[in-house]
Amino acid sequence: MTFIPKPKVAHPSLPKNALGLTRRDYEGALSTLCAGCGHDSITAAIIEACWGISARPENVVKLSGIGCSSKTTAYFVSGGHGFNSVHGRMPSIAMGANAANRDLYYVGVSGDGDSLSIGLGQFCHAIRRNLNMLYLIENNGVYGLTKGQFSASADIGTKAKKGEVNQQPPIDPVLLAMNLGAGFVARSFSGDKAQLVPLIQAGLKYPGFAVIDVLSPCVTFNDHEGSTKSYAYTREHFEPVVQADFVPFQREITADYGAGQAMPVVLHDGSRILLRKLAEDYDPTDAGRAYGYVQEHIAKGEVLTGLLHLRPTDQSEFHALNRTPEQPLNQLPYAKLSPGSKALEKVLARYR
Amino acid sequence: MNPTDTSRPDYFHKVVDCQWACPAHTDVPEYIRLIAQGRFTDAYLVNRKSNVFPGILGRVCDRPCEPACRRGRVEKKPVAICRLKRVAADHKDEFRDRLAPIPQIKNGKKIACIGAGCASLTVANDLMPLGYEVTIFEQFGEPGGLMRTNIPSFRLPQGVLDEEIGAIIDMGVELKLGHKIESMRALLADGGFDAVFVGSGAPKGKELKLPGRQEAAANIHIGIAWLESVAFDHVKSIGERVLIIGVGNTAMDCCRSSLRLGAKNVKVMARKPRQFFKASEWELEDAEEENVQIVINRSPKAFVVEGGKLKGMTFDVMEYDVDARGRITAERITGEEFLPADDVILAIGQENAFPWIERDLGIEFDKWDVPKVDPVTFESTRPGVFFGGDAAFGPKNIIWAVEHGHQAAISVHQYCQGLPVADRLAPGVNLQSRKMGMHEWSYSNDYSPVERRLMPHVSLKERFKKINIEVELGFTAEQAAEEVQRCLNCDVQTIFDAKLCIECDACIDICPVDCLTMTPNGEEAELRTRLKAPAQNVTQALYVSAPLKFTGRVMVKDEDVCVHCGLCAERCPTAAWDMQKSHVKWPHAADQPSATAAAGLKSA
Repeated sequence: MTFIPKPKVAHPSLPKNALGLTRRDYEGALSTLCAGCGHDSITAAIIEACWGISARPENVVKLSGIGCSSKTTAYFVSGGHGFNSVHGRMPSIAMGANAANRDLYYVGVSGDGDSLSIGLGQFCHAIRRNLNMLYLIENNGVYGLTKGQFSASADIGTKAKKGEVNQQPPIDPVLLAMNLGAGFVARSFSGDKAQLVPLIQAGLKYPGFAVIDVLSPCVTFNDHEGSTKSYAYTREHFEPVVQADFVPFQREITADYGAGQAMPVVLHDGSRILLRKLAEDYDPTDAGRAYGYVQEHIAKGEVLTGLLHLRPTDQSEFHALNRTPEQPLNQLPYAKLSPGSKALEKVLARYR
Repeated sequence: MNPTDTSRPDYFHKVVDCQWACPAHTDVPEYIRLIAQGRFTDAYLVNRKSNVFPGILGRVCDRPCEPACRRGRVEKKPVAICRLKRVAADHKDEFRDRLAPIPQIKNGKKIACIGAGCASLTVANDLMPLGYEVTIFEQFGEPGGLMRTNIPSFRLPQGVLDEEIGAIIDMGVELKLGHKIESMRALLADGGFDAVFVGSGAPKGKELKLPGRQEAAANIHIGIAWLESVAFDHVKSIGERVLIIGVGNTAMDCCRSSLRLGAKNVKVMARKPRQFFKASEWELEDAEEENVQIVINRSPKAFVVEGGKLKGMTFDVMEYDVDARGRITAERITGEEFLPADDVILAIGQENAFPWIERDLGIEFDKWDVPKVDPVTFESTRPGVFFGGDAAFGPKNIIWAVEHGHQAAISVHQYCQGLPVADRLAPGVNLQSRKMGMHEWSYSNDYSPVERRLMPHVSLKERFKKINIEVELGFTAEQAAEEVQRCLNCDVQTIFDAKLCIECDACIDICPVDCLTMTPNGEEAELRTRLKAPAQNVTQALYVSAPLKFTGRVMVKDEDVCVHCGLCAERCPTAAWDMQKSHVKWPHAADQPSATAAAGLKSA
């Protein structure tokens, strides 16, 4: 970690977004993570992404549980709303908040411990309910905050810093999410912002549960030889198969995406996710085949990255299923929310 | 791009913008840090090593460092480098005992310096500690040259001049005052000198030949000659209405001196609009603060004389077409204007003149009748005769003359040892890590957002009471303490070792000014467009690493607005980045290997 805060000086020609804000306006408090932690890079990617989609800071809700990853919500968008919940219970808090105000961007930041061990049930049910949020797993394969024990995402055969070899099979959040029917499932790497930033933007805009499993090396406890989640190992084995570029509604497409290869997916606000297949035989829209493909490559020791599965049209989002009004519940007049004791009497009378 | 070759001393030297821009390569960040620590004498000596006259230059330097200062690119106003130099000079203690000792036993070589200005004094300053016997010939009764005669005492007090010149003269220089050299031939033949240095300045003010010039001669003055008369108390008054022709720094000194000698209405007449003025912006501001009116687009036409007395001047009113790049493409006269005046001062430039150098001595002159001088060795076409300061290449300013003096002293030293004058020690750079321990750097790496401090002035009421009341009061202790923190420590360099990098992005994410990028390599022009913040300032280098081990990308640092906060190094988990202080070794005469050492090097 560092004790020296980032000074309040910026590049004089820093670009501004539609709100007239620079990237610096989306920063948060001084990070207390280890220098070189992958989580800090993900924080920077979130900052870049929120700036890029011109999200109003006050419209961003940051939620987390416990762990190194869960500390990071303090390090971005200091103008947003934040909630540090109980270990593994962040999805419940997100659920409640989202139910009350559907108009905000919900960013949950969790880790492999928070999501795949103590919070596994919560994670699964958030997917099942198709909560409209972006769920980031900062995945480093170890419990960094308690000095580097294996987590549930540690691969078989990976070595701990003190030499112990892991023998239990990992839980893969991508396969799990696909299995449970999530509509937006991605994997990325903290060291690849070109891939990660547009994924976060697309995930924020996606109307439903969007999960990104971000490999985020633990520079202190899991960056040694023999680790399968080190910077070196990840660089060597990661294989982008689908590049997702996010195109905000306001901006014209200027880059040449190679016609025929890019598949535009139009979101509800007119913005688009452009899917570019980097592997010919891969179809990210077909959940079943995608599942098989990813599983096959995991067996070969390859780490596939990109937007691995996207369900282009999603009618099963939580608010859609529950037919809640367009206006957020917390903005409805009290009389409308609570019809009063007479109405209750009427309802009860039906059962008498 | 190829990996940046940081073994060239120029690379890191250029990052220190102020030091790179300074003709004498003063180690600015180092002396500012010393001031911050209250070590004023040390700060003074760091200055003196390169610029010899910190007290003088801290008041009247042309400050090429300030427009170059990186702070000016980060938030518009540069660090008040010049004013801080004065802080060091004002608060220093006795320093003479810390100068190089003067050998009692001389080396037997005698050097003549002509003119006791800053160039000759620098030559003496560099050669005296090496055992030379230096004689300076000065036409006036006091040493200092144009520093004394042309810069008014309300900008540069005599006491400051005397102290800094005295420090050199007291090394044992033989100073021959009131001794004008009338013949170079005689000096070379009979003087008994081993080498001659000409530092006689550019003492001839340019003339303006217009109708009426002769008739009204009594009230028309040549700027530098008039300032000289004022400096020596020969002129004590001037008329109420004064016109100054020309708008350079001499014009600013003339108009402000006039106000102190009784003028009530002073106008500075400029041919062109303000963007073409030669005067430094701060000198213009200081004159305007004293209610001098600067009139633009007036071209002198004639002196108006009635009954043998000057009545005023007529001017053509000019109009200019300026293109997008700021150049004048056409000019027209749109009218004529008469302005009454009691006195006119001509400040339209000056030249060097050598009526006293015979043209058959082997010292060649070019078609403008200026001596041919080597721009590196400052040697004329006659071996053993050197030129420096304004005498060499025409009017520049003090800091240039000082550097000429340093370089000429190296040549004199080589020449007197029988070594080729072109054999000169190359500059070098030393680098030393500033890491102290965990989260500790041995320099003040915080960015201070404080704005540039303003120099306090004597009130307009007080300052005109006497001609030698210094207008600038110098920074207060509080101002100095704040201003020093504005320095970005550009000499504490960001050094990158590609072998150690694990490409974690930590440095890129933390850099407050977005000057770092990891990206596939490319040609410079194209690479500049792909950086995290566009690198549009092509005068500032890109620092490009060797290919990184995992991806083959390169780490690129745009040097332009780096604030040297050290956070890249602070955040780097593998110490691939380090903050290292660069020390530019800019050789002077004393650093040259001696003849015996040089011979030893050759035979080895």
